[in-house]
Amino acid sequence: MKAVYALYPKPQSAQRAVDALRSAGYAMGDITILSSEPLEEYEFGQRDRETRMTWIAALGAAIGLATGYFLTSVTQNLWKINTGGMPIVSNFTNLIVIFELTMLGAIFATVITLLVTAQLPGRPSKIYDPEVSDGKILIGITDPRDSAAVQRALRAGGAEEVKTI
Amino acid sequence: MNRTARANRITEDLLRPLLHTTWKFYAAVTILGALVLMGLLTWLYQMMNGLAVTGDNWPVFWSFHETNFVFWIGISHAGTLISAILRMVYATWRRPVTRCAEAITAFALMIGALFPLIHLGRPWYAWWLIPYPSERGIWPNFRSPLTWDFFAINTYLTGSLLFLALPMIPDFAVVRDRTKGLRSKIYGLLALGWQGTPKQWHRLETAMHIMAIAIIPVAISVHTIVSFDFSMAVVPMWHSTIFGPYFVAGAIFSGIAALIIAMAILRKTLHLEQYLLPLHFQNLGKLLLTMSLLWGYFVFNERLTVWYGNTTHEMPAFWSTQSGTYAPLFWTMVFCNFILPFPFLAIRKMRTITGTVIASCGVVVGMWLERFLIIVPSLSHKPLPYSWGEYMPRWPELTIFAGSIAAMILLYTLFAKFIPIISIWELKVGEHAELKKAETVAAAEAAGELV
Repeated sequence: MKAVYALYPKPQSAQRAVDALRSAGYAMGDITILSSEPLEEYEFGQRDRETRMTWIAALGAAIGLATGYFLTSVTQNLWKINTGGMPIVSNFTNLIVIFELTMLGAIFATVITLLVTAQLPGRPSKIYDPEVSDGKILIGITDPRDSAAVQRALRAGGAEEVKTI
Repeated sequence: MNRTARANRITEDLLRPLLHTTWKFYAAVTILGALVLMGLLTWLYQMMNGLAVTGDNWPVFWSFHETNFVFWIGISHAGTLISAILRMVYATWRRPVTRCAEAITAFALMIGALFPLIHLGRPWYAWWLIPYPSERGIWPNFRSPLTWDFFAINTYLTGSLLFLALPMIPDFAVVRDRTKGLRSKIYGLLALGWQGTPKQWHRLETAMHIMAIAIIPVAISVHTIVSFDFSMAVVPMWHSTIFGPYFVAGAIFSGIAALIIAMAILRKTLHLEQYLLPLHFQNLGKLLLTMSLLWGYFVFNERLTVWYGNTTHEMPAFWSTQSGTYAPLFWTMVFCNFILPFPFLAIRKMRTITGTVIASCGVVVGMWLERFLIIVPSLSHKPLPYSWGEYMPRWPELTIFAGSIAAMILLYTLFAKFIPIISIWELKVGEHAELKKAETVAAAEAAGELV
């Protein structure tokens, strides 16, 4: 047996199952939780909230800003063309290009961080059930130490059926 | 109806267009495809024979194609900007609207960005705009508004496509789980292995929030920069400091109007009456009214300043729109953008779905005219009278414009066919929040806590 799981129609019953599993000695990180929508108002939905995505986005913006500055100023110095009496390195107008590249840097950094930290594309975990897409919440344990104890805990949450893989 | 039953109903309703195809879809794709093909062939004809086949001639070399460029970029402001603002303020009514809106942005930007290429005459030189040194080591001129356009439009297009695509991932997973065979495999690939762990949900929501913050200034910059194409030139009525915000307000105005029309069509054709509610049209109607008033304020400012200045080089262009050749177009624009929408949007009883759609149709027409009236009369009346001249469109630019409208509708139709046009997971969040509230109230009533 590689995994034991149950499907819950209500987040409240899923929360009870998670609590029962933790009482049975399983750490939060060992419990698989899958849902078809974010459930952040419940404790189990609060897992793995810590992220540095905002800082990474800011770093991406800084890289974009530096790229924009060097792209404009260095290339303007490479071939000095007087345009409408403006300085050779015309920072006033270059600001537009710098701004766009700054924002592009922030956007790319955000998306890359999302894909890396959410493991997308990723290998599917051992536990998955298409019923999750129908609105049910999956709670399960992969490679349980004591399968019977896990099944009891899952039933404590109100699961009608406990599935094993 | 319990939580799972509600979730199932939402999924089934929103997946219906993907899983069932009627003859109407094929008919629409065939007709629209033919119109797009006609537009493309006309573009080819224009490429082979030169821009002389259009009405562009001394002194008006910017006309229909530029009008369409500014018009489509304006329409693009419906989606990502509105969606980002609504996300930022956690407006709960936004949920059924956001994807409809974001799709408009993506397609309108793609089509809008084509028009400078169409107007190039020799579009194969478009790569000169790319910041890439030629063999002589000369880089693009970063002081040129056209180069700014390249950066602004591409940043906005990239950001908008990602902003549109990221929340689709969980919905692709739903389609993957609900279908079989090749379709399940394709949507499985698009779902990128999404499973719905708390970590994935949280990262997605954080990313969307950051993207919303980043995309708002980008959206505003795009149309400001499009306005710089004109206001940086010392042409009568162009060289104005008001052009940036004036263009942005106009863009949002036309964008909201396009969104209302698109939503009404989707509601009717895809039977989304339960999701695209009169409330959504009411709220967007209020926004449209606000933008109509703002647009009127900007037009008044722009016109009054020019009239009061009474400079000899600007007045011919000014009077040509007030009482001259272009006056019928100008007053039609005022009617469509201000007079027609006002009763439909200001009077509560008239702010119905039909009312907002009528007002929006007027606004879309009016805003196209506004773009035309910004560009053509000014070029027709440059400072020296010997260079004055009129512009009259010919069939190639009219056909290409018709092709671009067909392309927009075609892309939108295909999008709605292959991708849930309303975000399934976001809708579930909204429905379940309401359910939870109802359960809490019921429990409190049962416990006698509510009087």
